[in-house]
Amino acid sequence: MKKLVILGAGTGGTIMANKMRKVLERDEWEITIIDKFKTHYYQPGFLFIPFGTYTKRDVIKPKADFIPIGVKYINAEIDRIDGEHNKVLLNDGVQLNYDFLIVATGVRVVPEETPGLKGELWHKNIFDFYTIEGTTALSKFFKTWEGGELVLNIADNPIKCPVAPLEFVMYADAYFVERGIRDKVNITFVTPMEGAFTKPRASKVLGNLLKKKNINVVPNFYLERVDNENKKIISYDEKEVPFDCLITIPIHMGDEMVERSGLGDDMNFMLTDKYTLQSTKFENIFVLGDAANIPTSKAGSVVHFAAEIVFENLLCAIEGRELTGKFDGHSNCYIETGFGKGALIDFNYDTEPLPGSFPFPGIGPFGLLKETRMNHYGKLMFRWIYWHVLLKGKEMPIPSEMYMAGKKL
Amino acid sequence: MAQKEIAGKMIDLDENGYFTDPDQWSKEVALAYAAEHGDTLTDKHLEVIEYIREKVKSGQTLTIRSIGKSGIVDIKGFYKLFPGAPLKKATKYAGVSKPASCV
Repeated sequence: MKKLVILGAGTGGTIMANKMRKVLERDEWEITIIDKFKTHYYQPGFLFIPFGTYTKRDVIKPKADFIPIGVKYINAEIDRIDGEHNKVLLNDGVQLNYDFLIVATGVRVVPEETPGLKGELWHKNIFDFYTIEGTTALSKFFKTWEGGELVLNIADNPIKCPVAPLEFVMYADAYFVERGIRDKVNITFVTPMEGAFTKPRASKVLGNLLKKKNINVVPNFYLERVDNENKKIISYDEKEVPFDCLITIPIHMGDEMVERSGLGDDMNFMLTDKYTLQSTKFENIFVLGDAANIPTSKAGSVVHFAAEIVFENLLCAIEGRELTGKFDGHSNCYIETGFGKGALIDFNYDTEPLPGSFPFPGIGPFGLLKETRMNHYGKLMFRWIYWHVLLKGKEMPIPSEMYMAGKKL
Repeated sequence: MAQKEIAGKMIDLDENGYFTDPDQWSKEVALAYAAEHGDTLTDKHLEVIEYIREKVKSGQTLTIRSIGKSGIVDIKGFYKLFPGAPLKKATKYAGVSKPASCV
């Protein structure tokens, strides 16, 4: 019996388990998936929880619901990968051999890396919205908050879903307008980047949107520490921003298992070939999603497109053919801009987000790089698509490779 | 893309002033290029620059944090060496392309 082992039952691991079980013969291939957590979170939904649009109930389901029949699901912590001997070691002493391995262990926020961030104000005046605990604590805080300095800070890149912090401040603007206290809330977006977003044209469009919504931007701010006593964030070059409520996007790192396995960079991201999506150290290890060190956004849409490439290349490798799949870094994000509107961006390694229409050139229904109502509905519909289509590895009407039709240069 | 004479050599630069060919770099070019921007490079600066060139050559992504872990300088020290936007300045003088540390 040959063995395929998948590490991580999040978006990427679950999609691959579903895709591979459909094509690999059951009497030839055993598929095992391992994860230490039992709950699957719909992470794009975390953004909506502080504003009361979604509750915890809307974003959680048991992981086991999405693992297909015929795939062995182990709920355990992974100690490390022994790539030399094609083995995975679990914390409880169990060892699993593999012929092929897919690493999809994702990324986690590490507030402990920043002095003072997880101090006495943690989840009292300082919140993250990238964990269920953080986003639900913030939801409670906002209900009775009467205003003041609302500061959002990105500690460092890369982060999951680089547009989520922008969405957060725009959504906050709308939320406090609706509550009638926008004049008492000063919103400031503090980023280590030069502007609102990294890609020039999107940065300009999004930067103008922030300005229109009366949201301040403090660029080139690289967080060193948080002063809990005086409620200030302080950068490495001694710039200070005071806050009453701090929304932090903490430092992101890959799983510690990657470090123990000696397969990652200094942030524990798996060293990965950005085109083939193979580990640069072992040919029979593929890396999918946020766990990889490839220069893409860490986001579900990237995972979805990359999964097509891992699927193609894994089949090539199994059949001993040359790898034909080449990832282009395709990413596609809805951006909530508040008041029932949204924007959409579509880009890859080489092409920055451009204006236009999507997915049908000239028709849409979604508008690229502009605020429309339809884009907002797209985002809301996506939750259904995620649970029912995407995780199950079913076909989506968008090809994995980005195309230029419908985009305006 | 434009050509510019630095320390007697013709260097290809992109629109933001970053080298397009890292092989055109030399210590002399770096010193002269930094001087043009009003910066004087010490041995410590050059040590950081060498580290950046090594990292980029091996295809690794550069971040301020990774330079802080290099053992050459900590992040605060890196800011002191290249005030304002350390990664941008350092990569410019190191003759490598603009860091794509974030997407």
